Amino acid sequence: MNRRTLLRALGAGLATTLLGRPAGADAAPLRIGLTPVFLDDQTAFLNEWRDYLAARLGRPVVFVQRSSYREIVDEVMAHRLDLAWVCGYPFVREQARMRLLAVPLYLGRPLYRSYLIVSGDDGVSASLDDLEGRIFAFSDPNSNSGHLYTLYQLQQRGENPERFFRRTFFTWSHRRVVEAVAVGMADGGAVDGYVWDTLSRIHPEITGQTRVVARSETFGFPPLVASVSLSQADFDAAQSVLMEMPRDEVGARLLHKLNLDGFVEGDVALFDDIAEMARATGRL
Amino acid sequence: MLLRNLSFRYKIPLRATVLVLITAVLITGAILAREYDQVRRDLFENAESMGRLLSNTLVTPLLHDDVWRAYEIIDSPFKGEESALGAELIMVLDTQRRVYVSTQPRNYPMLVPLDELGPAYADLNRALGNAPDLTHRAVDLPNAAQFHMVAPIVFDGVHLGTLVMEYPKSLFIPRFVSIVGRAALVTLLVLVVLLPVSWYWGRRMADPLVRLSECMGRVGREIPLESECRLYESKDEIGRAGTQLKRMLSELRQKQELERGVMASERLAAVGRLTASIAHEINNPLGGMLNALSTYRRHGNPDAVTARTLSLLERGLLQIKETVGALLVEVRLEGHALTPQDLHDIHTLVLPDVHAKSLDLVWDIQVTQTLALPSTQVRQILLNLLLNAIQASEPGGKVKCRLRLRDGGLLMEVRNRGVPIPPEQMNRLFEPFFGASGRGHGLGLWVTYQLVQQMEGRIHVQSTHGTTEFRVHLPLRDQEAA
Repeated sequence: MNRRTLLRALGAGLATTLLGRPAGADAAPLRIGLTPVFLDDQTAFLNEWRDYLAARLGRPVVFVQRSSYREIVDEVMAHRLDLAWVCGYPFVREQARMRLLAVPLYLGRPLYRSYLIVSGDDGVSASLDDLEGRIFAFSDPNSNSGHLYTLYQLQQRGENPERFFRRTFFTWSHRRVVEAVAVGMADGGAVDGYVWDTLSRIHPEITGQTRVVARSETFGFPPLVASVSLSQADFDAAQSVLMEMPRDEVGARLLHKLNLDGFVEGDVALFDDIAEMARATGRL
Repeated sequence: MLLRNLSFRYKIPLRATVLVLITAVLITGAILAREYDQVRRDLFENAESMGRLLSNTLVTPLLHDDVWRAYEIIDSPFKGEESALGAELIMVLDTQRRVYVSTQPRNYPMLVPLDELGPAYADLNRALGNAPDLTHRAVDLPNAAQFHMVAPIVFDGVHLGTLVMEYPKSLFIPRFVSIVGRAALVTLLVLVVLLPVSWYWGRRMADPLVRLSECMGRVGREIPLESECRLYESKDEIGRAGTQLKRMLSELRQKQELERGVMASERLAAVGRLTASIAHEINNPLGGMLNALSTYRRHGNPDAVTARTLSLLERGLLQIKETVGALLVEVRLEGHALTPQDLHDIHTLVLPDVHAKSLDLVWDIQVTQTLALPSTQVRQILLNLLLNAIQASEPGGKVKCRLRLRDGGLLMEVRNRGVPIPPEQMNRLFEPFFGASGRGHGLGLWVTYQLVQQMEGRIHVQSTHGTTEFRVHLPLRDQEAA
């Protein structure tokens, strides 16, 4: 960390501290909803990140986790959450009622892929077609990589999951899709490529029991969105803190743990492909 | 067979050991049975409470058809160190009794009907029956390696599915092995303590028996003396058997003595008859020869040489006659009955010999009247016995002569101290020429015996511990005959 980045970080912190302190509202925490678009089950890491954000924002930060994307999205729309890290699919669906705050950079780009995985024992399956009549795990109905993409592919074949697969189920997180396939509960699963890659770094023993059969084309990375009710000042402060993360030591270390390179403001057009697939499957 | 022939010395401790072992096995078995029940009950209670908890928790996932959540719930007991209180497998069956989800999805995949999972599960399916299960219960099939706790998942009275928890029956084995091991150790300790005790006790019990049997084993070859047998004295069975044996032995000894006596007297009678007939056969020609010699000497005028030869022949023939006469004991009726004076004469006759050996002669005569017995024979008997006693005594010894009336007869006892008569000679003591060594021609006791027999009396010898005693009993004749 050089002096310039330090000064900038301090300046940003000072600015948000000053700006984010309208009379009577200084103690109100910033409520951020999290979904399993990343490995959200690392409590120690989350505490560290929360404290980091709180220090940078000069106000308390609360992370809110729910059992499904739906609940988080609903809370954003109900203005009970200020910010949320959601999937691109709910974002394109509810674009009108949320603002794009930032898009994470993965491998230098704000993009990721969906992986089709099968059990490590299955040395034969080479594509989705080979999983016909089998048991398939999705992550969340509102996930792009863990649901919509596979639906879209089936729709392109003139199929639907109920017919094509023997049985499907949701695990409500990408990580657990990997686990379900690893223990043999499901023969195949649709999973966020970024989560699978990150998990293979932290828990290779889990991903080692699975095999990636197919990788999708790239989609816009699950973005951080803001409730439309969030003040512009808070919006800017939060965006700035996120953008600055790679530029200070703690932020960089946290990003490394997230297996991300940083955040960009992003463009709604990044999610056009997802919107297209949602439209095609009649889910927009 | 080998065991049957074993001595009681070993049999009793062996039996005690076997008893201890049997007791140990029975007690261990009882403890094991109790422990088995206890462990089962504990297990069933635990399993039931876990089943209740899981089945209540599973209601929502089943209602929402959330397989993954159901999986996480049933898999949660396996997360800890002690996996699921011994359960190997937990699965949820749907209402059609297909696997809804299991903790081993590879082996028990979703949607497979229970009866297609394998023969054990087909049995389980049959055991569950057709109606939906609404109670918690344990299914323990005899042929299965596992038993199952079955819990219904019910919400608002609607049967949503069934929770099945599988426990290996071998779950009990380590606990049982440890119990059996401990029981074996305790048994061993008890044996270590009990074996020497039972060994000692067995020997104590067996010893009287062994002695008894040893003593009885000797009967046949000989009749063992009581002192040699050292039999156990008590009022119990062995003691009574010992007492009985002693009585048998003493009866046997009496019988043996009796037989021996009968044989001896029969032999003596035979010898007597033989001797008498030979003596008669000798006496007849002898008389003729002596007559011829006498006639020739009187009428033949022999010269000096012939006369000397004839004299030599006559002396030889006379010696033969004398010997034969001694052998041929004949009762010649005497004129007078036995008087105390006759007895006194005997005393006088033996005194020179008594003095010659410096003996102490105890003369104890309790006869004061004349007895109806022939005096010559009685005197000869008494004299023979006294001379024998004096001869057998060592110089300075003691000889005792005692006469009294007993059982309608005269009892004569002559006793001396000295070297006893060896037992092997006792049987043949009264035979002619027996023991004819040293002084005498060996016919004294023969003659005595014959005289006693002719008077229908009894003679008895006892020779022990340096004392030899002859006892003669002569019945008095009827007064009229006398």
